[in-house]
Amino acid sequence: MSDVLLTIEKLSVMYGDFIAVEEASLTVDEGQIVSLIGLNGAGKTTLMSAVMGLHKPASGKVVFNGKDITSAHTDRIVAQGLSLIPQGGRCFNRMSVQDNLLMGSFPKTARKGAKETLAHIYELFPVLKEKMRDPAGSLSGGQRQMVAIGRALMARPKCLIFDEISLGLSPAVIKDIYHRIRTINELDKTAVILIEQDTRRALRMSDSFYVMLKGRTVLSGKSDEVDAETLKDAYFGI
Amino acid sequence: MYFIQTLVNGLLLGGYYALIGIGMTMILGIVKLTNLAHGEFVIIGAYMAAVVTSALGIDPILSLVITVPLMFLIGFVLQYVLIGNAMKKGPEPALLVTFGLSIIIMDALRLIFTVNEQSISTPYSTKTFTVLGINISVLNLVLFAISIVSILLLTMFLSRSYVGRAIRATADDAEAAALSGVNIKKVYAIAMGVSMASAAVAGLCIGMKSTFNPTSGGAYLSTAFVVVVIGGMGSIPGTLIAGIVFGLAQVIGGASYGQLISYVMLLLVLVIRPRGILGK
Repeated sequence: MSDVLLTIEKLSVMYGDFIAVEEASLTVDEGQIVSLIGLNGAGKTTLMSAVMGLHKPASGKVVFNGKDITSAHTDRIVAQGLSLIPQGGRCFNRMSVQDNLLMGSFPKTARKGAKETLAHIYELFPVLKEKMRDPAGSLSGGQRQMVAIGRALMARPKCLIFDEISLGLSPAVIKDIYHRIRTINELDKTAVILIEQDTRRALRMSDSFYVMLKGRTVLSGKSDEVDAETLKDAYFGI
Repeated sequence: MYFIQTLVNGLLLGGYYALIGIGMTMILGIVKLTNLAHGEFVIIGAYMAAVVTSALGIDPILSLVITVPLMFLIGFVLQYVLIGNAMKKGPEPALLVTFGLSIIIMDALRLIFTVNEQSISTPYSTKTFTVLGINISVLNLVLFAISIVSILLLTMFLSRSYVGRAIRATADDAEAAALSGVNIKKVYAIAMGVSMASAAVAGLCIGMKSTFNPTSGGAYLSTAFVVVVIGGMGSIPGTLIAGIVFGLAQVIGGASYGQLISYVMLLLVLVIRPRGILGK
């Protein structure tokens, strides 16, 4: 058993009077790939936004790498080694690809050795090196996702959260990106959380999984041991 | 020959007008805030330069060594403590805070310095020289040089440094910048500090070029506003071009029509190309 890296304990998030996430719990071990699946609006993105400090949780606790990061500022959380790649990548469209990547090394801990990390990322995504001077906004959807992944990797995170990375991409590009996520996980021992709607792909990629429904984590387990019927019931709330 | 003379005069003044607008365009582009106190910020810069210059008996330009860091600090604190908190409640409260600030600053300056006109004198304020039959005012040339150097330094800061890059990223997508490890509140404060530092330089130039009093800020706010809108809000090269266009309008129109021409141009830009010359 490896060490626990991230623990989310009974986290609740409110939007005004609406409970978006209710006592959700989740654990990620070091070097593990965990998938978080569920229907649209189940609260997956909200849960992870709250973990990243973008929303204030109403109650609950988040511990990362032994430190309590509940309600910490986003920049502090990133500096601790937890990064999130938001839906659609959200590159800085007006900045060059290289400047986008260098932005990822903004945390002081990442600035030393930024050159080596950058070279490593260009190795992982050779196409980005070709386009390093182009504005990120001129790239294709898949390439923009690569910029976003590269930017997150520049901070040399211990854990990376991918929020629906496959959204709006062609199957071939999705396959390619998932292949690289596997490489990142194996090479750098980076733990990965995959927020996904494609249940089958998510289970194939991950060591363990969590299902969210109406703001709650309703089912979890090892990805290769789950029974299809149980999963379907939890997923749709039957 | 008259044509070239006008062109040269307009060009030289263009840098000066761009410098007045550049602090405002930065705040609009990065913090997404229309800073109604920018005119007063510039006038604070002018008073500070006047005080430092006469107290130390140095060349006015050397006063920047003191006024620029001081103004940066004031801008940083203002944004971090006051405007930043108002922004949490939405853009309108922040706008009103800057309006209130402009009134407070105006009255404070009136209390401290009285309403008398002031100016910063230089040994070369009336000197001219002639190149190929074109008269060039030494003062205008100095103002142009100060402006261009400031704008270049600002551009280099934004494009080369970690903080500058973070400022551009925040202007593009603040949440994505936070997810890259940027403290947004601090970046906004730094941007306001830099804007205020540019106001220190602009204030010095205003003091050297003309007289000023505590209520002069309004006129410079409208100058800045015209330059910012014509240039395309948030664009630094656009601001420089707009400054030159504005400078030419002042030179061609003279004292009687200069303002009119620039406001007509502002209207035309708003109708034909609302994004401004180099706006995105």
